[in-house]
Amino acid sequence: MYQKKTKIKNSLGIHARPASMIVKLASKFESKVELEKDNIDVNAKSIMGVLMLASEKGQEIVVRACGEDEKEAVKAIVELIEKRKFDEE
Amino acid sequence: MKNRVIRGIPVSPSIAIGKVFLYSPKDITFKRIKKKGSVDEEICKFEKSRRKSLRQLRALKSELKKLPTKEPVRLIDIQILFLQDPLLLNSVEKRIRNNKEAAAEAILNLLESLKRDFQEIPDSYISERYLDVKDVGDRLLKNLGEDEIEMELKGHNNIVVAERLSPTETAQMSVDKVSGIVTERGGKTSHIAIIAEALNIPAVVGVNGLLNETESGDEIIVDGISGIVVVNPDENTKRTFEQKEKEAERIQKEFLKHKDLPATTIDGYSIDICANIELPMELGFIKKYGAKGVGLLRTEFLYLTSESIPDEDEQYRFYSEIARVCSPDYAIIRTLDLGGDKVFKTKTKEEANPFLGWRGIRFSISNNEIFRTQLRAILKASSKGNIRLLIPMVSQVEEMIEVRKIVKDIMKELKKEGHPFDENIEIGAMVEVPSVCLLADHFAKVVDFFSIGTNDLTQYTLAVDRGNKRVSGLYDHLDPSVLKLMRVTVEHAHHNNKWVGVCGGIAADIVAVPVLIGLEVDELSLPPSFIPQVKNVIRGLSLKEARELLTQAEKMRSATEVREFLKGELLKRFPSLKNILLEVEK
Repeated sequence: MYQKKTKIKNSLGIHARPASMIVKLASKFESKVELEKDNIDVNAKSIMGVLMLASEKGQEIVVRACGEDEKEAVKAIVELIEKRKFDEE
Repeated sequence: MKNRVIRGIPVSPSIAIGKVFLYSPKDITFKRIKKKGSVDEEICKFEKSRRKSLRQLRALKSELKKLPTKEPVRLIDIQILFLQDPLLLNSVEKRIRNNKEAAAEAILNLLESLKRDFQEIPDSYISERYLDVKDVGDRLLKNLGEDEIEMELKGHNNIVVAERLSPTETAQMSVDKVSGIVTERGGKTSHIAIIAEALNIPAVVGVNGLLNETESGDEIIVDGISGIVVVNPDENTKRTFEQKEKEAERIQKEFLKHKDLPATTIDGYSIDICANIELPMELGFIKKYGAKGVGLLRTEFLYLTSESIPDEDEQYRFYSEIARVCSPDYAIIRTLDLGGDKVFKTKTKEEANPFLGWRGIRFSISNNEIFRTQLRAILKASSKGNIRLLIPMVSQVEEMIEVRKIVKDIMKELKKEGHPFDENIEIGAMVEVPSVCLLADHFAKVVDFFSIGTNDLTQYTLAVDRGNKRVSGLYDHLDPSVLKLMRVTVEHAHHNNKWVGVCGGIAADIVAVPVLIGLEVDELSLPPSFIPQVKNVIRGLSLKEARELLTQAEKMRSATEVREFLKGELLKRFPSLKNILLEVEK
């Protein structure tokens, strides 16, 4: 298992479009990918799950993966959230 | 009920009579689930429906990719993800296996529980995504083939009746089967107007109480000229409208022939007739309907169709294109007018009285970054043609002074960066609040022009929300009080050598044309397709008689009196308008 903490940086938080981006990205990996916020875990390959996290700007979430490509998966998603800021800004 | 007449806002001037097709009925209920199969059969049924739905959505997605805005594609994208969501698929399967529910029941029950889940999310932007889930659910149900409600359009002469229609939904309708559109919601939902116009079919929006009065299969008349809808018309009414339909078609054709003649009265008084537009695809209508440039470019759609604030470059490209198309005529760009009936997708706090709240320039001044980005884009585009700047929802002189300060500051910035711009760009104020009319003398010192927005001016003068069906009957822009306010504005403006335009709904109301000429406003801006008929009326009037009609109208005590009077006078001069002006009694 591999995990990393990250912070939501784009101004609108994880709304519909970012959620779609996470799900599409997570689904490219073999590993099981999860997001955790306030002790709630959701499947990062489920749009329903990611939306239900309702993460806003400034909140911390943990990205966790388990499987052969766990490191790549976590890195890619953290980059999407932190560096690319969902290509918003 | 026989011959039920309901009023709305006309957005595409023609008439149709047809059958009601209720789009997306509020609840799809199952009168009967055909036959519940075994667990495996139900799971297989669900899977078939899911695959069919996926195919449909993917096909729709590639269709929508051709549109200039990205938002519809994103909406479909998220629906596709819902259809592939492992959590949701699992829940449906569990319901079928463990609870022994039929596929249709499982979907309906899951939707019910998801609705509660979504309602618990405080962020309204996310909780509204339930509508997407519901859309997917409805599609799945439809594709199970068990509901008894026919969702496919059959035959011709369908009048689509809906609470509201999104661009996606409108784009899905098969053109040859739809002959009219009526929606309960929506004021200036321009995408309906655009599509209706492109298809050459009538549309009426903002029809209060529509859904309670209609059922699929009802006969319905849509009059996109006067904004009237008649449900289950009697023979007499039907005959009258059939005649109006023919006559209107003939007259519109006749008008269109003269669209490029100048709007000049018999005695030589000329006025500019411009177009109100919002979307890039409307640009073609400027020439098509003989408009002289754009008198009102609404910019809200830029903000409402994307989830992030549009950046300077994106806006600059759009405004430059408008400037180029209009050149040598001008294009008036109105800065962001959010608030009130429009909803900003980001989390803004709810207000008890949004129409009296934080909207238009009030919002822009306190959202400096958004405002400056837009102003920079507009100023940069002003080097590409003739652009003027219009500020919405102004109520105090200080606001215009502040705007001028910000504009000056940005000009300095642009100069430093070496961007060209029009140093003498005209800056105008919307006249929507009575205080601006009464203080027009002071405003005239700090603006280059005025643009009267009669929709809001009427709302604020009469204290009537036209979207509220209990009071909307009190709304009429021909109210003598509104006419007097307009008169004061024009007098003060002209006294200070400033020009005045009118861009509200009154400019497309042919009955009102004589008083607008009588007021001697300098420009009218209206939805493009109404331009030919308005021009035609102007060309048949004299300024002298228009002034007299205005003076008489101002002495009257109600909008009803004014309207009856003007209608009578107009018919004396233009007997051929009889059918266009015809209305049914309430």
